[in-house]
Parts: sequence; structure tokens; C-alpha cells
Amino acid sequence: MSLLEKELEKKVEQDYILEAKNIKKYFPIKGGVFKREVGQVKAVDDVSLSILRGETLGVVGESGSGKSTLGRVILRLLDPTEGQIFFENEEISKMSNRQLRPYRRDMQIVFQDPFASLNPKMNVQELIEEPLLVQTDMSKSARKEKAISLLEKVGLRPDSRLKYPHEFSGGQRQRISIARALALNPKFVICDEPVSALDVSIQAQVLNLMADLQDEFNLTYLFIAHDLSVVKHISDRVAVMYLGRIAEIAPKKNIYETPLHPYTEALLSAVPSTDITAKREKIILKGDLPSPSNPPSGCAFRTRCPKAHERCSLERPELINVSEGHFVACHLYDN
Amino acid sequence: MTQNTLLDVKGLKTYFYLEGKKVAKAVDGVDFSVNPGETVALVGESGSGKSITSLSIMKLVGKPGKIEDGQILFNGKDLVPLSDKQMTTVRGREIGMIFQEPMTALNPVFTIGNQIKETLIRHKKISKAEAERKAIELLKLVGFPRAEETMKEYPHQLSGGMRQRAMIAIAISCDPKLLIADEPTTALDVTIQAQILDLMDEMKKKFNMAVLLITHDLGVVAEYAEKVMVMYGGQIVEQTTVENLFLNPKHPYTSGLLESLPSLDKDVERLGAIKGMVPAAHEFPSGCRFSDRCPHVMDKCRAANPELVTVEPGHNVRCYLYE
Repeated sequence: MSLLEKELEKKVEQDYILEAKNIKKYFPIKGGVFKREVGQVKAVDDVSLSILRGETLGVVGESGSGKSTLGRVILRLLDPTEGQIFFENEEISKMSNRQLRPYRRDMQIVFQDPFASLNPKMNVQELIEEPLLVQTDMSKSARKEKAISLLEKVGLRPDSRLKYPHEFSGGQRQRISIARALALNPKFVICDEPVSALDVSIQAQVLNLMADLQDEFNLTYLFIAHDLSVVKHISDRVAVMYLGRIAEIAPKKNIYETPLHPYTEALLSAVPSTDITAKREKIILKGDLPSPSNPPSGCAFRTRCPKAHERCSLERPELINVSEGHFVACHLYDN
Repeated sequence: MTQNTLLDVKGLKTYFYLEGKKVAKAVDGVDFSVNPGETVALVGESGSGKSITSLSIMKLVGKPGKIEDGQILFNGKDLVPLSDKQMTTVRGREIGMIFQEPMTALNPVFTIGNQIKETLIRHKKISKAEAERKAIELLKLVGFPRAEETMKEYPHQLSGGMRQRAMIAIAISCDPKLLIADEPTTALDVTIQAQILDLMDEMKKKFNMAVLLITHDLGVVAEYAEKVMVMYGGQIVEQTTVENLFLNPKHPYTSGLLESLPSLDKDVERLGAIKGMVPAAHEFPSGCRFSDRCPHVMDKCRAANPELVTVEPGHNVRCYLYE
């Protein structure tokens, strides 16, 4: 078999659970007396990615990079302005809410703030039962059994079933959110900053739990976070976002050991390290993240980039494949 | 106490009196000192008492909390018995403070310029014109290229990192001997965090300030502090140099924290999580406060709380494993 044929073979074998193509999400800015549209916030600006069944794709970026919006668009909690989303090869980006309903059971989300995402008036049983009531015709006793088994899976005592969210700590609430997300045996779970509100010792507990559940239920994760160390720990591949675009996407090892994009390099060097023997050279970026309503021309990162040159302001860099699975959007690498 | 200790906290206890006669011992017997020009970090998780310790030093603990016992010697003078009025000459002038959320710490209805000048006029007794000139100089120093215009701007017009720079300008405006920084970069993105920590370090060297850095981030401690205290349950459980803490941690809580931290420098299959959670300040276990979560717990740990003892020169640990 020729090399080309082998490549093609592999492409066919790749079992993508989710593919997003050229996703754009623009939010209108309204102003003036008549609330006319005066501009647009380009929260997600032409992002494509695919996620293999069973893998964890980490998405890192600073505030305003569009990582959370991307997650919400993929789940159709927000409608994309442009672009296509395929879940198990079915296009879901144009479906109506009614058509989407059977797909919703396969796709779930765990949010950052377990104080805001759980209804304070519902007890744990009701919280976990709600998706079962909406999506299945399970009997009351079957629902109770399911809730108890889920609570045990996430490490909570079954007798906490009748308690209310305020009776739990942050870490326990996040466990409840996870139990609720898993109630319908989903295939794909988006985790939007699931541990960033937690203390480190509790964060480690929840990360370990998520890894265990992934093995047990063969879950696919899209793991959105700003903490590079957490993303490194849990992901197989990592996408780095900047101002609504993907700057670099590659297997974890490449991102953390041989980062190519100057933004990835700076981001990694800025993380304070607990390894006091390895003093890394810090790249301190100048200035703030530009506003996504008025992004710089050409490459969005050029205003802060230590390696920017003339072409960067003229031409927007495309994501190009530099090595096996490693894509970078930077003019330093396309000749 | 040596002649040149800047801040010497002795036996500090700050309690909160809750409903139903419950007492939360948020800070329960804390001793440490800070020398001039030194960066000392106070690290711990939520509920460890680190922020209440720093607020106690500034005497900013409000009801139902109260400094119950202890001394806070600043330049040899005890701050605990001082009245609110007497404290105003210390706060802002001799001790500067920056907080986690600059949006709530800055007054939203006054311009940045106004807020810097207020501090200068109050403490330095200088004219308005001179305060204006000094304020612009300070803003330039902390990295505002268009300082004259920034003077006229309101806090909401600045980004998070810029607001924190403005806070630093206010905090250092009266050349304090000590800067208390309570989670100064927690609300900021990592690239902005690097800028702010770099600026703090530069200011510290320039003005020979001592910094008491309160943080939950062990990475920040490793890179910016010289000495460190780990707090748990209102008490210091380990106190040493940064080098000792990271290369030779002794307390099971410290080692647990370090193992539960995902790191960029090493790969681990599984994080070493500490079981259970931080107990609330009004229901600490009897005996050692970490005993319920400790992998090395012994019978005597549940009976009585160990003392903070020196196990090596300059390395104090509160644990029976080392007695």
C-alpha cells in the first residue's frame, strides 16, 4: 500500500463523534435611541475542530477568547451565526429544537459555578430526576434507583438524596452537577471550567472522578478551562484559543513540549511553576487582550506578539498542518 | 525580637461570634514575622484563615469578628490597642494594601486621579498641584503610558489588569514599609498575572518594601516569595523558606497539596487528592485540625492539637510525626 493510501485509510477509520466546521458566533452590539445594531462582538470567529470518540479535547484561553461560547454553540445552547456542527455524522446545526431533542440526551454539559447551575428549590433527587422525567418514561422507583446509583458513582452518600444544594460544599455540588449530566448516559460531555471554583485539594478529587467516569462510561469530553496545568492533566489533545480563533491545536505532548505559536509559548511561560529547581524564562506579554468587537486586522495576536512582522497586520493566518496532528495559525510557519 | 523586624505577629487570635453561641476560631494563635524588604507568603485554601490574618493586621475585621488575643508589633509598636482614628495614620501610609478584586476596592464614582490624590493629600499633607504631579508620576511608574488621561478616567473604563495597576499606584503612593497583597492576581488572566507580579516585584525592590503575599496559588509562592507559611484551620501548620517547602515539605497537608496540584513540569497518571474537605471554622475536629483528612493519622493526633515546633533550623512544623 502506498503512503497516500495508508493516510486515506486512516482518515476513514477516524471515528469522529463531533465535528464543527467554520463556526462563527457574532453577538450584536446595540446602541442609540432606536437600539440599532452598531457593531458586532466576534466571540467565535471561524473555528473548526473535530473530536474523536473517547478522547478529551482541552480548550484553553484567557477571558474573552470565546472558549465558553464555542462550547455553547456546539451544544446548540446558542445558535451559530455561521458554520456547521455534526454529531455522529448528523448535521445538528440547522435542526429545530424538536428535532434536536433525541440528540440532547447524548450531549451534556457541566458548568463552572455549581452555586448558579443547580436550582436551589430542588433537592438532589429532583435535580437528578429532571432529565429522566423529560427524556424517558422510567417509573418513579426506577428513577429513584438510578439517582442512588449515580450518587454512589460520583462519591456522594445515597441518603444525601433529599438534601438541597445549599447543604453541600462547592466540591460536592460539582459532584451533583456531574451526576445530573450523566443521568441519561450521554456519549459526549462538555465541561466548562468545572474545577476553577474549587480549592486545589478538592479540584484534584473532582478531576480524578471525571477521569474514572470517562473510563467507566466511555465518555468523550470537551474540557474548557483557563488553567493550563489542569488542561494538560486531563486532555489528549489541546486547542489554544485567542480572541475567538484557534491559534494552535495539537496532541497534548506537542502543545506543552514543543509549542509553536508565540501565544502558546507566552501563555505557558507565564504559568507560575512550583518546580523551584527549573527556572523557566518568562515571556511577559505587553498590554491587554484587544476587544473582540474590534479585533486587530490580520493576526489577532499581532498587537501583543513579540515576533510580529509586517505581514501579520495584513493577512489573517490560516491554521496549517505542520506535523502529525499539529496545526498552527501563524505566519512564522507558512512560507 | 531583633532590632530590624518590621512586623512581628505574636499569638494572634481572631474569633467570630456566630448565632447560637457558636465561635468560629478563624485565626487561632498565629505567630510570624516579616523583615524589611522581604516577601513572605501566607498560603492556604478557602477557610484557612489567611485573609482574616491579613485583615487583622490592618485591623479591618468587623463585627461579629474580634481580635481576641495577641500582639501585632509594627516597627515595635503594638497595633492591637490602637483606636480606629490612630489606625488611619498607619493604614495607607505605613502599610499599603491591595485586594483581590480591584473593581470593588476602587470607588466607582471617583476618577483614578482623584483616588490617588486623596491618599497623597491625606497622608503627606502636600498641595493639590503637587499631589497631581506626584499622581501622574506614580501612574507612569506602574505602567500607564498615557498617565495624564488615565487620571481623568473612572475604574470601569480600565481593564482588570489596569485596575490592579491603579491599586498598586495607590498602595505605594506614601512609600509604605509593608505592602499587604491579598490574592492580588486571582481575578486576572495568566498573562496579566505575570505582568502584575512582575510589577510588584519591581516596586518592592525600588522602594525596599516588605510584601506579605496572601495567596492560594503555590506556583505564585514558589516564584515570588522568600519565606512561606502554610495555614490550615486558622493555624500555621508549616513555616519555612520557599526552598525548604518545595524541596522538603514536612507536614502531611503541605505534601498533600503539592501532590494534588497538576503541574506543567511533570506528568502524573492520577492526582494525589486529599480526602474530605476543609472543616468549617466552628467545627474543627478536636486534636489536630487536619487529623480527619490525614493519611498518617495516629491516636494521639485525635487527642490533642500538636504545637508548632522547630524540626530543623528555620523549619517549623505542627505535626506529631516530627516530635
